[in-house]
Amino acid sequence: MTTTAPDRTSAEEERTAPAAGGAKDGDPFDEDVLPAPKGASRALLRSLLAPARGRVRLAALVMLLQQAAVQAGPLLVAFAIDRAVPAARRDDYGPLIAVGTAYLVSALAAGLLQYAFVRLSARIGQNVLLDLRGRIFRHAQSLSVDFHERYTSGRLISRATTDVESIRELINDGLQELIGVCLAVVYISATLLYLDWGIGAVAVLSFVPLQLLMRSYRRRAHEVYRERSTAIASVIVKFTETMNGIRPVQAFRRERANEAHFSELNDRHRHANTRALLEMARYVFLSRLVANVVLAAVVLWGAYRVAGDGLELGVLAAGVLYLRRLYDPLDQLAMFLNSYQSAAASLEKIAGLLAQRPGVPEPAEPRALPERRAGLPGREVVFEGVRFAYRTGGEVLPRFDLTLGAGQTVAVVGSTGAGKSTLAKLLARFYDPTEGRVLLDGVPLDALAVPELRRGVVMVTQEAFLFSGTVAENIAIGRPGATREEIEQAAKAIGAHDFITALPDGYDTDVRKRGGRISAGQRQLVAFARALLADPAVLILDEATSSLDIPGEQAVQRAMATVLHGRTAVVIAHRLSTVEIADRVLVMADGRVVEDGSPAELTGGTGRFADLHRAWRDSLA
Amino acid sequence: MTDTAEHSSPSEKRSAVRSLLRLWPYVRPARNRMAAGAAVTIVASCAGLVIPLALKWIVDGPVAGKDPSGVWLGGALVLVLGLLEASLFALRRFILARPLARVEADMRADLYGHLQRLPVSFHDRWPSGQLLSRATTDLMLLRIFLAFPLTFLLVNGVTILVGFIVLLIQQWTLGLVLLAPVVPLVILCTYFEERYSRAARTAQDQSGDLATVVEESVLGIRIIKGFGRHRGQEKVFAALSGRLRGTELRKAHLLGMLWAVIMSLPELAIGAALVLGVLQVADGELSAGTLVAFLSTALALRWPVESFGFLIAIANESATAADRYFEVMDAPVPADPASGKASAKASGKASGKTSGKARAAKEHGGLRLEGVGFRYPDAPADAPPVLHGVDLHIRPGETMALVGTTGSGKTTLTALIPRLHEATSGRITLDGEDIAAMPRERLRALVSVAFEDPTLFSASVGENVLMGADAGREADLTRALEVAQAGFVHSLPEGTGTQVGEQGLSLSGGQRQRLALARAVVGDPRFLILDDPLSALDVHTEALVEAALREVLAGTTALVVAHRPSTVLLADRVALLSKGRITAVGTHHELLRTSREYASLMAGDEDRSAAADRTHAGHEGGRR
Repeated sequence: MTTTAPDRTSAEEERTAPAAGGAKDGDPFDEDVLPAPKGASRALLRSLLAPARGRVRLAALVMLLQQAAVQAGPLLVAFAIDRAVPAARRDDYGPLIAVGTAYLVSALAAGLLQYAFVRLSARIGQNVLLDLRGRIFRHAQSLSVDFHERYTSGRLISRATTDVESIRELINDGLQELIGVCLAVVYISATLLYLDWGIGAVAVLSFVPLQLLMRSYRRRAHEVYRERSTAIASVIVKFTETMNGIRPVQAFRRERANEAHFSELNDRHRHANTRALLEMARYVFLSRLVANVVLAAVVLWGAYRVAGDGLELGVLAAGVLYLRRLYDPLDQLAMFLNSYQSAAASLEKIAGLLAQRPGVPEPAEPRALPERRAGLPGREVVFEGVRFAYRTGGEVLPRFDLTLGAGQTVAVVGSTGAGKSTLAKLLARFYDPTEGRVLLDGVPLDALAVPELRRGVVMVTQEAFLFSGTVAENIAIGRPGATREEIEQAAKAIGAHDFITALPDGYDTDVRKRGGRISAGQRQLVAFARALLADPAVLILDEATSSLDIPGEQAVQRAMATVLHGRTAVVIAHRLSTVEIADRVLVMADGRVVEDGSPAELTGGTGRFADLHRAWRDSLA
Repeated sequence: MTDTAEHSSPSEKRSAVRSLLRLWPYVRPARNRMAAGAAVTIVASCAGLVIPLALKWIVDGPVAGKDPSGVWLGGALVLVLGLLEASLFALRRFILARPLARVEADMRADLYGHLQRLPVSFHDRWPSGQLLSRATTDLMLLRIFLAFPLTFLLVNGVTILVGFIVLLIQQWTLGLVLLAPVVPLVILCTYFEERYSRAARTAQDQSGDLATVVEESVLGIRIIKGFGRHRGQEKVFAALSGRLRGTELRKAHLLGMLWAVIMSLPELAIGAALVLGVLQVADGELSAGTLVAFLSTALALRWPVESFGFLIAIANESATAADRYFEVMDAPVPADPASGKASAKASGKASGKTSGKARAAKEHGGLRLEGVGFRYPDAPADAPPVLHGVDLHIRPGETMALVGTTGSGKTTLTALIPRLHEATSGRITLDGEDIAAMPRERLRALVSVAFEDPTLFSASVGENVLMGADAGREADLTRALEVAQAGFVHSLPEGTGTQVGEQGLSLSGGQRQRLALARAVVGDPRFLILDDPLSALDVHTEALVEAALREVLAGTTALVVAHRPSTVLLADRVALLSKGRITAVGTHHELLRTSREYASLMAGDEDRSAAADRTHAGHEGGRR
């Protein structure tokens, strides 16, 4: 799992010191539930179901008919006892034949309609899930890097997996139960009222206490389920972290300590789980109790009336059968409430996530970049009155202006925390500046649609994450639809071709499968090949050569001198070897550019860069 | 004989029951409560079944005889039965809540523990999304299965059985009519069940794949954003989730068929019984009360019979969930040799206090690799091994740099020493002791590693650093942070108590690398392995770290993977790894003179730097 290590970039050097200080209390990110406007989960549910409105209606109709068929049984029994028996005694088999036929029809109809309903509701449910999964995924993709750094991958993963799963459970089994139960209740109540006013009235009245019970259960269970879903999310975070960092876990013998911590989280989830189950038990007990007391009362009262000839025996029999049936699905209803509660908790979290506005929104009316000037593949970059501070208040880059000429190779150096990465991220539009704007050939970055922006600016970071798939596919991320030839050319240009062809299946080696092990340096080369293939006007390299050996680094530099010649390049590197190919060097300290000039000028001078350069020279053997 | 036949085709011969039986060890602690719960539920269900009988008694007795006090008695009987039923159902839930939550938690803890001990090669093969979906969704499903469907499979089975006995006793002819659909029901259910369980497995695997895509897209967000590829990623996701939807719809189709059969067939039988019953009552062979009671019982059995539809479905899904769970649990954890007595002996030996031992340590001391070879267990048979015939001796107290081209196997070699991967041939000894004979725990206590990829865990800075030492103290922490030039931690919001990692403050690559280095050097490890430890540091910091690191290295036996001359200079000697073997060992300057490959690795193209010039000159002079 080397390749999935949650590697953060050299990013966030700046966030460490003052920025995070004030964010400790009341940061919504410490909680699992992000704030969402009131009623957001309900609105989400509504919008998910909206396209299925027609199908929902059809499903309801099917269920209506199905329940009619199912609930006909006791009515037919009553009819058989009160009418068909006396008729048969008179050798009139008409009513009996009618009952038999009706039973046959209702039995077949119940089955067929059930099938139709299951398919319909599955289609509705699956469409909703498809929609919901897609929304979460697309939304997560549209949120800024800054958000991802704060929300943590584990939480995001649990939103898109377990939370969706609990909604799936609700939709899969719950929908049918709910509709079925509601319809059954209506049907049965109506039939009871039709059969006998008194018994019907008792049945209807019994819903008052049952409804109260349900409300109290919902209220009590809501908190428990919320807690349970928070608990499982932290289990997931711990789990993912361990599996992704399995090497250090084993090397530092973290197994026991991890187990202790994991069992703590696991136990929290277990307790929440137990509490949820107990709440459920309480509800089932009380509702059953009410149901059976009502049943006994009806039997007693009915029997009295039958004894006094105030009621036909068949009606009492049907009444009791129906009452049993009325309360039978109480368990099912409890199961539904169960999945409803956990789905509601999940929905709340998902709504919270979806309510996050992308920090770096796509423009409503995108503009196009002007035609490149003949012979110049690079573009001019202008930082115009740019200032950048974190939302929490820490200022990282005080207001500055900077112009990088088209085709210039600019090296940015400076110590950790000087703001180099932030500068790069503003240029790549991972962040938007707090004030001012960044222009690419005169067009503000935030007016460019994503495809246009990425034809303009591409950033390669030191984090060399590989996606599952083949090596070729990983390179092709730079330009989807690139031919194999183009992919190989890019790999050759960067010096990655040799090691790739040495893999078991060459370019078609699956990086997650047999023999697809790729070292950190090789991954960086793949990342470079990606960038070459993307062929951007502006290329940003943020510590992108840190794991390369010297020949590898030189291959990259050669590629920049040839393949990328004429492009605007911003290179952040600790190794000053990169600086030698730069036209211009920016030295940063405390968020400001403190030195700016050609390498020769700066090396010859007496500033920080001259010092750095001497130190670097000395470090070479 | 039969055994081997079964083993040869496990996927075809898999049975849901066998998969579920494997849950027994986890269910065992809860077995008494589960049994009690089942018993209680059976009694409760039977109480429910007796209610129609009470009704019959009222109708045929007091009602027919116009006896109001009898009616009271009957009513009271129904009430008592009702209360009994409610209390027993609730009792079952109260009994089971705690143990079932525990079963789920236990299984998850076991899975987690097992995964932590599985070799790294296992984790290389398994996407963590697949592991995660086993630890969450699959286990939740199993808990739900144990809570409801399992009990109800039994309870409803018994209820149906008892119900039929009651029916047969009441009127055996009618009872037989109701039994008629049993055979076709069983056949049809088996048919759908098989297909359904296959679809269920497909769906579970597909949702695991979906989880992997989600995870990758979150972890690789910067690349996706950097290349503006979120649309492509969305397409992949949409395709996968569309496929999952297709499988789910197929499941629904099968489930719908199952439901239809289960609902229609018994109902048809009841209809037939109703017609026959009416005829019998008309002929006077049967009392009206008996028919009412008979039909009440039959209708009361409807829910248990119908429930088999989804019970079978859940049981199947649970069986596949159990399969998926045990797939991982069955992956063998490599045996750990000597633990207990043997390890005590071994550690006594390793501490080498006696003079004889000391002599042995001098000859065999340090870190020695003899004929070490390695190929990944899952590598294709025709692929060359990653390492072969590696001989290397690092003397006690010596620091050896390991240099080689990208992908030459340096990182793999370092992984063999703490046995993250097992060498496939040859042997590795620490102070003369074969690491294959050491308990991993002790081996890893002796060997400390700083990885190329500096992963920090969700814990405080201090905890992250001190996890490198067994009983690290504040002083060790301070010293380790000094060595790694990680003074920046003191300006973090809560100093060394600041939470970092996945759930804490995110640090830069350079900061994480320094903490990883501190973690490796804390508590003066006997053997130290550093994999390109300074790659993310700026020149200034690097120089400071090097100076401090020299002191630490003086006291330990170390292997340092290096890409840069500056890092190489930390070492006493250098080993050149080329195409899976050590091709040269010597000091930096010796190798610069004698090895063209080394020279080009250290200086790159000949005309590019001053160092290269020196190397060039060396070539002319030093060539034999």
